[in-house]
Amino acid sequence: MRSQHIMRSYDEELKFLANRIAAMGGHAERMLEQAVQALVSEDADLARKVVADDAVLDAAQREIDDKTIIVIAKRQPMAGDLREIVGAIRISADLERVGDLAKNIAKRVAAVSQTRQPVRLLRGLQALADLAATQLKEVLDAYAGRSPDKLAAVRDRDEQIDAMYTSLFRELLTYMMEDPRNITACTHLLFCAKNIERIGDHATNIAETVYHIATGAEMPPERPKEDDTHTVVVERLPAERE
Amino acid sequence: MAMNGEAGGAKPLAPVRARLAAARRTLAAAGLAILALDLWAGGSGLRAALAFAAVLAVAALVAPAPDVPRRRPREERREGGFERLPARHLAAAVPDPLIVFDRDGTLLFANAPAVAAFGALPVGTALPLRFRTPEMHALLDGVLQAGRAQALADYMERVPIERLYRVSARPIGEASGLFVLMFEDQSEARRIDRMRADFIANASHELRTPLASIAGFIETLRGPARDDAAARDSFLQIMQAQTARMARLIDDLLSLSRLEVKPYIDPDSRVDLARLARQVSESLARLAADSGLVIETRLPDAPLMVAGHADELTQVLENLVENACKYAGDGGRIVVSATRDAATEPPEVTVTVTDFGPGIPKEHIPRLTERFYRVDVEASRAQKGTGLGLAIVKHILTRHGGRLSIRSELGAGAAFTIHLPAA
Repeated sequence: MRSQHIMRSYDEELKFLANRIAAMGGHAERMLEQAVQALVSEDADLARKVVADDAVLDAAQREIDDKTIIVIAKRQPMAGDLREIVGAIRISADLERVGDLAKNIAKRVAAVSQTRQPVRLLRGLQALADLAATQLKEVLDAYAGRSPDKLAAVRDRDEQIDAMYTSLFRELLTYMMEDPRNITACTHLLFCAKNIERIGDHATNIAETVYHIATGAEMPPERPKEDDTHTVVVERLPAERE
Repeated sequence: MAMNGEAGGAKPLAPVRARLAAARRTLAAAGLAILALDLWAGGSGLRAALAFAAVLAVAALVAPAPDVPRRRPREERREGGFERLPARHLAAAVPDPLIVFDRDGTLLFANAPAVAAFGALPVGTALPLRFRTPEMHALLDGVLQAGRAQALADYMERVPIERLYRVSARPIGEASGLFVLMFEDQSEARRIDRMRADFIANASHELRTPLASIAGFIETLRGPARDDAAARDSFLQIMQAQTARMARLIDDLLSLSRLEVKPYIDPDSRVDLARLARQVSESLARLAADSGLVIETRLPDAPLMVAGHADELTQVLENLVENACKYAGDGGRIVVSATRDAATEPPEVTVTVTDFGPGIPKEHIPRLTERFYRVDVEASRAQKGTGLGLAIVKHILTRHGGRLSIRSELGAGAAFTIHLPAA
């Protein structure tokens, strides 16, 4: 690690925490990727694997919680070390939530794949998931390098995810209005899209935590953004439009 | 004596040094013996020092020089200086990504291909933090903790571009405490696999519609419309249009698939984006005129250099201008402008294609670059669109480390801007 303490074991403990966070991050990234893959390719086996994998993240978070408490009690950390340790607690909580959300997507695979979904919808979900995965990767890479340079861009790009989500939301509503038999599957897909959008939010949270660890300062204030989903209504049936 | 040798240059000193080195044990024993003798005799050690200096001088001048050092230069010549080659130069010459790390998993060196593949990898980066997959953690544990002589794993990055590597980790030398991580790029094989799957999925979906309509017309031509000359002619015309559409679709799918298979762009090739934009504007002026449009260019005279592939970036600009021609409606003109934006970090070169047509509804904008995504299916078909143009644009830009931004106001037109890092 960058700093050296007189007690080498203290360094070891901090290094251990960082490595466990990275391992959690790797698992969470993998779960998101596989959950969406299972959804798009209607792969029930892969979905079951994702659901089972969540236990790994839960255990890792408990382990990190225990370790951080011991480190705080034993070492009484200050300044950068304290930020590092508190940051570890916060990031592990965010990653654990990402795992839960991915697991929730995987759980819906069975319900969604009972009927054939329009390719266009699944492509949209895949594109949304790619955006969220990029965010997650960039914040975790920033954590690895303790580099705050790209983090503001990550947070600003959260808007893209929101815009994409709003667009998907609208399209799903349209499908449901077209044919009430679509409602079951589309509702599940709507939750999947919402889960992915939430994963993007957790990535933003992690970005703020990493920024704080690296600089000791709060991230500069966010540009105000609008969430349009609250106001989305589909006025006309698509049949009339065409 | 030795001082004189040094003053005279390195050459006369070398045999002296070799002689002394060869006789160092004898000399040490002699020195100790003289000192002991002197002290035992009640001396202060000064006489012993003088005596020892004399012995040293004799050894340096008279003792036979050992053979080994004289053979050295010849051997070096035969090996072409390999013995003295710094490991850093060797690692830098390896064309695949290569990373050297220590016992703690801390990065000590990453060669240029590694930086090209994984972005900045500063010295001191903890590898388990940068390569987070469970397989990579197992791999690093394998060589660091379990002390395995070699470990293999597959490493995949899905975003921003899908890449797959076969990774091997092994210790360097004997007990040097250093390890090397080598990445073998398997992306191409994987992409070819995926391309096949994708092509079948996309092509079957998108080709079925025109194929079904052609089959229907053939059936009508063989049956009810057999002797109806007028109907026959119009049906054949529709069939021709449909086959043309299928051909275009296959071209676009192939070009997208080819792009996905190709490895990275050569980071050394430079392209003047302003010149490309001018060429594309000129070559598409006729197409624009056919739609009743004029292409205006607002390009600087100074070159706007970016790192990239000229053919691919030409395709980006062509797709954007063609798109503008299709959807500019009766806007009358298309504006192609380019500029260098030094305010961003790093500085960017941007090219914007603006049309003054009906614009794009806001909810569609985030999704325009998805394959086969169309704002209005019928309008797109009428304009001979395949739904792949912007997907190709986005893909090329991602490979170049750039991005596409789209702004549009309903009724006022749309602006497509490409952003590429300035070179």
